[in-house]
Amino acid sequence: MAVVSKTHDEPRAADDDLPLFRRAQTGDFAAFESLVAQLQGRVYGVAYRILGHAQDAEDVVQQTFLSVIEHIDGFRGESAVATWVMRIATNFSLKVLRKKRGLLTVPLDTADESFADVPHPQYIAEWRESAESHLDRAELRELLDRAIAELDDKYRVVFVLRDIDEMTTEETAEALGLSISNVKVRLLRARMQLRERLTRQLGDEATRVEPDHRH
Amino acid sequence: MTCEEMLKALNAVIDDQSALAMCTEFAEHLAGCNPCQLVVDNIRKTIQLYKAGVPYPMPEAFQERFRTALKVRWKQKFPDATV
Repeated sequence: MAVVSKTHDEPRAADDDLPLFRRAQTGDFAAFESLVAQLQGRVYGVAYRILGHAQDAEDVVQQTFLSVIEHIDGFRGESAVATWVMRIATNFSLKVLRKKRGLLTVPLDTADESFADVPHPQYIAEWRESAESHLDRAELRELLDRAIAELDDKYRVVFVLRDIDEMTTEETAEALGLSISNVKVRLLRARMQLRERLTRQLGDEATRVEPDHRH
Repeated sequence: MTCEEMLKALNAVIDDQSALAMCTEFAEHLAGCNPCQLVVDNIRKTIQLYKAGVPYPMPEAFQERFRTALKVRWKQKFPDATV
């Protein structure tokens, strides 16, 4: 199955990975390995955040770079190398996600959502001086992992690509087959839900204010 | 501007600091609405925490297996290459 997305990005002025990639296209394995070394952490991090499972993330890393080798001749430089690789990684992550959910042939829900349905904030408070001083490193990581794992798949994927991997809204929409407005709504829902959960743990009760949705 | 309208515009406020400068309605609402100020601040901190999250190192055992798989596929793709 072809998993490489066709890109429609504008040509980019500078792509730091392109010289290595061009050498790799000629069969230079050392250049390819250098490229892998630069991008594997990013691929692993995104896959881990989407899937929440180390071994699944390893599978995505391996499948992604094997697919890059397979399609290495087809890259035309229409997007940055890293963007192209991350699209492949996203597609493999979604494929694993569907398999885990028993949805072998059903795509990620792409139905448009409305801003009107976004839940209002309930627990509103300033965070304590430093989240890191309130919780130790392992506790904080567990809190972050649990909160993101509790997001619906369709919101988590958008948050990971937009806010953690820093893809643009347009890149995220293209990678996920969503409309731009749907990416924006889902991103807001993910942000609001994570904010609610983290604030309940990290918020300072003394500064809590009641939400006032009337004005 | 109401809190409801602010909620719909939150992404723009979070993603683009200049949105506040460009839209006086946003700025005026935020200046007078403590709950909305806190929500914006909470979301910014939430994103910062996830971005700064401890990187996830790939396990050593996997690195070795991964490199071997890449070499095998590379030789299939480029039979004359040195790996």
